[in-house]
Amino acid sequence: MLSDPSTAVSLDSAWALSPSVELRPEPFGALAYHFGNRKLTFLKRPELVAVVRALGSHPDVRGALVAAGVPEGQHAAYVAALSGLARTDMIRPVT
Amino acid sequence: MKLVEHFELGLDAPICLTWELTYACNLECAHCLSSSGRRDPRELTTEQCESVIDELQRMQVFYVNIGGGEPTVRPDFWHLVEYAVAHDVGVKFSTNGVRLTPERARWLAASDYVDVQISLDGATAEVNDRVRGTGSYDTAITALRNLHEAGFRDAKVSVVCTRENIGQLDEFKAIADRFGATLRLTRLRPSGRGADVWDELHPLPEQQRELYEWLVANGDNVLTGDSFFHLAAFGPEDGSGALPGLNLCGAGRVVCLIDPVGDVYACPFAIHDQFLAGNLLTDGGFDEVWKTSALFQELREPQTGGACSGCAHYDSCRGGCMAAKFFTGLPLDGPDPECVQGYGESALAGARTIPAAGQDHSRSAPSRNAPVLLTLSRRRPDSDLAPPVSPPVSACAESPLAGFAPN
Amino acid sequence: MNPDENTQVVDEALTEESLIEEVSIDGMCGVY
Repeated sequence: MLSDPSTAVSLDSAWALSPSVELRPEPFGALAYHFGNRKLTFLKRPELVAVVRALGSHPDVRGALVAAGVPEGQHAAYVAALSGLARTDMIRPVT
Repeated sequence: MKLVEHFELGLDAPICLTWELTYACNLECAHCLSSSGRRDPRELTTEQCESVIDELQRMQVFYVNIGGGEPTVRPDFWHLVEYAVAHDVGVKFSTNGVRLTPERARWLAASDYVDVQISLDGATAEVNDRVRGTGSYDTAITALRNLHEAGFRDAKVSVVCTRENIGQLDEFKAIADRFGATLRLTRLRPSGRGADVWDELHPLPEQQRELYEWLVANGDNVLTGDSFFHLAAFGPEDGSGALPGLNLCGAGRVVCLIDPVGDVYACPFAIHDQFLAGNLLTDGGFDEVWKTSALFQELREPQTGGACSGCAHYDSCRGGCMAAKFFTGLPLDGPDPECVQGYGESALAGARTIPAAGQDHSRSAPSRNAPVLLTLSRRRPDSDLAPPVSPPVSACAESPLAGFAPN
Repeated sequence: MNPDENTQVVDEALTEESLIEEVSIDGMCGVY
């Protein structure tokens, strides 16, 4: 199940963790497993894990990045990572 | 940090693990990695199995691969599957298909988070039954048909690649496609009874290349359980020819085995005291063994290449399979016996001692449906210590007495 | 090195690949 390409991840869009996804903390960050499509993704930085957990409680991606303390210079890289998660339905747009 | 480095230092829980529920089996496959056949009287009870599942849930293990022996012969099998799913642990179970009636197939089709893997080692009864026994091909195909007709989606057809079936890869794919299933090709290891038939069943060097090239060309929808990472050395030195997967030995790092009596081994292909990390009944539970056993700490230390570190392909092949080396009597810090650069063949030609069989739960006498290869090959575990193995007789040997050793 | 330059180098090195990596649930060796 892939995201509709027209809802790309951007700093101004609202996203949340998919309900079928379980996050398991690890020393390097977390493992994310999607029980529906069986995808397994490594989140290789604790900051990214914090962002993903914060997504659902912020009105947009930028809010989650700021709340997680991600420096503005890294926002583009994090948006790219979130796009990767969106491609495998790990995160979904909030409608 | 490269992901590989993260894994080599260990995770808080396995990503997924194999759990052999019973050593009992209705079949007696010649190459059985767990030497199954007879139930072990110390098998975990239903309540003990439920406690294991509770612990896996606490550890947030996403997924357990249940096997055996034949797991469905346990009377509580279906209950344990339901229990696992109800406790957030996904299940894939590996079966020869013997209990997959149409009714059971409908039950499975209605179950979420349960995956079924049917074992098949020949695309024809002739090839399959030589290794798995008379009637086993029909049992497997019937199970696949029952699942398909019941609406079960995406079962797995799992094949152990051997000298005798590598010519059937297209046919295996066709069988999987016919039943709406996904093909899975895996490596034969010289483990369990596999040690007895490895010399005659393991793929020849040219067949390994054939397999690698088939996977590169057709492997988009084919699983491998990352069991062919040693074939990455067929590709360029920069590692770009590696097949999908982590491309490293997961034993004790991202995977492990729980056996029917609660013993925890590094890997299902390494059921031997050398790779026994502990017992979850006596060593404080599975979490404790996973996190603190001396064996797993040792396996998680960064691996140097040893004798392989000078090879340009080491980064992608990582020295191959620990179990394959151990059970062919090769040093663990040297080449895999099937090293595609040929270093394994040289190592096998030297003096080596094959370790005595570890556990053996085989039947005491072959049944009338025993596979041909089993009755030809069987070594008894209580026989003399395995003598040093001489190199196989060359096909070019001219003497009619080549390889003859009077008793 | 100017601290701002230092941060710039770190930012440019951060790629999608260094943040996430996808693997198949069947993609690890040592499993049935």
